[in-house]
Amino acid sequence: MAMERRDFLKSAAAASAASAIGMSIPTEAQAKADAAQSDWRWDKAACRFCGTGCGIMLATKDERIVAVKGDPAAPVNRGLNCIKGYFNAKIMYGADRLTQPLLRMNSKGEFDKKGKFAPVSWERAFDEMEVNIKKALKASGPEGVGVFASGQYTVMEGYAAQKMMKAGFRSNAIDPNARHCMASAVVGFYQTFGIDEPSGCYDDIELTDTIVSWGSNMAEMHPILWSRVTDRKLTDPDRVKVINMSTYRHRTSDLADIEIIFSPNTDLALWNYIAKEIVYNNPESIDWDFVKKHIIFAASPVNIGYGLRRAGEKSLKDGKYTALEMEIIDKEMKKVVSEKEAPALKPYGYKAGDVMENNPGSLAHWEVSFEEYKKFLEPYTLDYVAEISKGDPNESIESFKAKLQTLADLYIEKGRKVVSFWTMGMNQHTRGTWVNTLAYNVHFLLNKQARPGSGAFSLTGQPSACGTAREVGTFCHRLPADMMVKNPKHRAITEKAWKIPDGTLNPVGNQHIMKIHRDIEDGVVKFAWVNVCNPYQDTASASHWIKAAREMDNFIVTSDGYPGISAKVSDLILPSAMIYEKWGAYGNAERRTQHWRQQVLPVGDSMSDTWQWVELSKRFTVKDVWGEQPLRGNKKLPDVMAKAKEMGYNEDTTMFEILFANDRAKSYKLDANDEIQAGYDNSECLGDSRNVVGSDGKVFKGYGFFLHKYLFEEYADFGRGHAHDLAPFDVYHKVRGLKWPVVDGKETQWRFNVKYDPYAAKANKDAGTNNSHAFYGKLAKALPQGDLLGVKDPAKKSLANKAKIFARPYMDPPEMPDTAYPLWLSTGRVLEHWHSGTMTMRVPELYRAVPEALCYMHPADAKGLGLKRGDLAWVDSRRGQVKARVETRGRNRPPQGLVFVPWFDEKVFINKVCLDATCPQSKQTDFKKCAVKVTKA
Amino acid sequence: MRKELPNDRRKFILSMARGVGLSAMGALVWSAYVDEVKAAPLILRPPGALDEPDFLKTCIKCGLCVEACPYDTLMLAQPGDNNPIGTPFFVPRDIPCYMCDDIPCVPVCPTGALVQDSVTTEVEDELTWDITKIDMGLAVVDVESCIAFWGIQCDACYRACPLMDEAITLQYDKNERTGKHAFLKPIVHADACTGCGLCERACVTKKPAIYVLPNEVALGEVGDHYIKGWDKADESRLKDAKGGTTVTERSNRSAVDSLNDTGDLY
Repeated sequence: MAMERRDFLKSAAAASAASAIGMSIPTEAQAKADAAQSDWRWDKAACRFCGTGCGIMLATKDERIVAVKGDPAAPVNRGLNCIKGYFNAKIMYGADRLTQPLLRMNSKGEFDKKGKFAPVSWERAFDEMEVNIKKALKASGPEGVGVFASGQYTVMEGYAAQKMMKAGFRSNAIDPNARHCMASAVVGFYQTFGIDEPSGCYDDIELTDTIVSWGSNMAEMHPILWSRVTDRKLTDPDRVKVINMSTYRHRTSDLADIEIIFSPNTDLALWNYIAKEIVYNNPESIDWDFVKKHIIFAASPVNIGYGLRRAGEKSLKDGKYTALEMEIIDKEMKKVVSEKEAPALKPYGYKAGDVMENNPGSLAHWEVSFEEYKKFLEPYTLDYVAEISKGDPNESIESFKAKLQTLADLYIEKGRKVVSFWTMGMNQHTRGTWVNTLAYNVHFLLNKQARPGSGAFSLTGQPSACGTAREVGTFCHRLPADMMVKNPKHRAITEKAWKIPDGTLNPVGNQHIMKIHRDIEDGVVKFAWVNVCNPYQDTASASHWIKAAREMDNFIVTSDGYPGISAKVSDLILPSAMIYEKWGAYGNAERRTQHWRQQVLPVGDSMSDTWQWVELSKRFTVKDVWGEQPLRGNKKLPDVMAKAKEMGYNEDTTMFEILFANDRAKSYKLDANDEIQAGYDNSECLGDSRNVVGSDGKVFKGYGFFLHKYLFEEYADFGRGHAHDLAPFDVYHKVRGLKWPVVDGKETQWRFNVKYDPYAAKANKDAGTNNSHAFYGKLAKALPQGDLLGVKDPAKKSLANKAKIFARPYMDPPEMPDTAYPLWLSTGRVLEHWHSGTMTMRVPELYRAVPEALCYMHPADAKGLGLKRGDLAWVDSRRGQVKARVETRGRNRPPQGLVFVPWFDEKVFINKVCLDATCPQSKQTDFKKCAVKVTKA
Repeated sequence: MRKELPNDRRKFILSMARGVGLSAMGALVWSAYVDEVKAAPLILRPPGALDEPDFLKTCIKCGLCVEACPYDTLMLAQPGDNNPIGTPFFVPRDIPCYMCDDIPCVPVCPTGALVQDSVTTEVEDELTWDITKIDMGLAVVDVESCIAFWGIQCDACYRACPLMDEAITLQYDKNERTGKHAFLKPIVHADACTGCGLCERACVTKKPAIYVLPNEVALGEVGDHYIKGWDKADESRLKDAKGGTTVTERSNRSAVDSLNDTGDLY
């Protein structure tokens, strides 16, 4: 009986698919006829959710978005979507949408930190922000004003925020949630290539023979890319191999030929094992011609700590951390080398039991010889690596070793193309930068990087982590187009472009997102503004930051569409226009920039974050911000008012006039006959029929010029001619996105490859070489010389057009399971929900599909703890606890010794449990590893 | 959490249903009761329930299974539910069966309407609860409205399935329209599907594109006169096979009668 049923269902499915194809012609004809009389309008946009960057079409009717369809012309998704994308039309219309500014007030109508939220006007909201920003500047200087920025900002929003923060407030304390997501990938790109973002593109999927997913559940987190991987596998099932590398079984294993479950953090050892197999056991597989022309070897210090708080910091001295928390924080200063990591650290002169004194993490590295790199690789024998990295206690060591050997063989196999994909498993890692660089090592040695169908490819989590956070540079240390605040030349270029005085920009850029939270707790940051993110839910050791926001003397503002945890923790809430209620652009993981137009008016009195920044800029004049400003450590920013006057400004000129409503801005005209603008709303520039009462108490009538086009074009000028070339604004409204650099109207598929990348061709020609590649990135391209232990010759040698292979060992993370906290905890996402769930938990269908976060665990672990499936359990760490329902049969199947809890559910607030350890180089938090105990609730 | 809370709702339903069952109340309600005894081919019963006719004879409408359910999944039918009044049932789109490891609803049944043997397995000479043996119904996919069959990367049902990769598997097919994507289609396997309805609950379409039907409704049945030549296990159907006579309209008269009836042949 059973078999007939199954066969029947399969054939029914096939028959239905066939009939659907047969039916398509009359349906299409009918659709065309219907469209002629339609009262809805279709227009293109990008999906709101992940870094895949699917194209969608939105149907608008009576000022509402009523439907969405996949854009059949979009190259990424060809008309398909995942279920989050499927609900794009519903995400803006949750019943509890924020519609007016809300301020905590007392009964007299005054701001009161302990008061309840009540509606206020936009004018009052900006009054409060102005007062509190001035108070913060007075108390702490520019470092006292912070912004939690976003990889979900539109390009224009991010650029406006960055400009006002860095040029206006002269504060670099603006850092995006992309820090939690892509920072390790970025530093990996910087250190390896000297320039950010992947060399390859999604076309690699159709061209490759091998897909290795490292710490990435593509099946749930990048579903449309996963369907392309699946198609590739179906096309040539014998040739194409799929390998899933993970610390627990998840849906990506379904399609995999090989699943390798490894112990947390040992991906470092696995990459080095593959490299050792190449260098020691298959030296003929090294493409020496490529390596000699294009690659140098490099090393860096290993005693760099874990990005935790360091001794002497105020909140540690004030006793804000418990003895239990200090057990782990103390390792930031020194640690004892374990038996597990000792063999890998032997080339660095350490043995088990030694005390390692940790310095604060730095980006320092130096060139070493190939022989030193070879010496570094020696410990990574199959025996050692298998022993420390086998992640499933129930798997035999022989079976595990055989899989590792097969993995290495697939990478090495001559003529086999290999793509390595990764996301948070390798980025959210206390050695995240290291493990990113180790991926390139293997691809470089084999000459399988930056070639069609081959390359290590960092997938992006957020829709514009690349396009905004990284390319615009809304990080504390960055400026647009891969320039750095630390670099005086880069500051000078930026000051000139922004028409602000020399010396305005702050050279100290160290307030990354964890540092902003810690600075609030230390009382340094007194004003913080949350833009397009949810930092009070998405940050580890969450209780500390919430307590600091609620109980200390500071002013926290959240701009959001919905009341999430960050809004709840704030003093002032601003209602933000959501994605399709404003003009915007996103940049996806394959460097594809995609624009859309404002489709509808914002709900209530919401206004875009761009508008909020521009309105705020009206409140600050030259004399408010461009006088001498104090920085920490007795440093100062110079008084630039005299220079400002030479430039024609006076001390009462507003930042609005200088940064946003300047002559160039006004040259971008509003034009009802322009084919791009005709028929579309533009709430910031034209005002709109809602007649929102603005920041001055009068009806807002619009800026009168095309602000978004101005912001985009001024920003794009930074990258044009510098290997970040973007096309003109108008072009993006006619095409389905373009992969930068866009040179002579053509996008670039494979960077650094002379055949495909005009910049590589030019660099090759300029250098007088005839190489296949040119790694022309400019950052960290002159290095001192040394060995594994340190610099021997400080004289810097140029490595123009070359990339780097790094010696970076396996090391333990700071917190590992022990008798008190015997289980690993990993966190992550589920397909149905986006990040902290502020949007998707308001879509009824998605809410019903996955209404709560579960604690996934191995049935044997559950049984040992007296837990049944569906029981409520406490998940406890040294930092906090949450209650979650146990699931032993679900989509995620951890090995014994590990539990997985997703973070989307504010009721299962798992970031109270997580540890705020970061990669000391990238400052990205490791949300994938900490130690917990689980008990029956 | 729900387990700890006193459940007033359930007690109310129980007392009401019992009242209906015993006193039969007024004529209007009584007539509804009569109809509802006969109707309801689509009702889903608790784990381990006897076949519907036997279940209706055996269930005394005591409501103990409903009280034992920690998720409020089970309800007793009320007038207007279109189900035999007082008997336990569930509606998966509202609250599915969460498939408790210890199946608390079954052992409390005082009459054997819920059969313990049907939901236990012998492991090392000991009987243990085995939720995978439950067979309350079968999930059926409407491939026209299932968005995974459109190419949308959904599979919410598959990930919600407590017997993922057994009761629901994904079938990978190339999407020839886009030329570079694949369909990941949910396929239900009747031998493993318990009818718990977690898939129906999770389905993101407006009306679920996957839904649970009682086995008698959902399943067809193949005659035992043909055995799959490629499937050894299929021979088990021969156990009950018996020879017999076939009758059609052509063969319903004796051969002689038929031969003697020349009609207008000549």
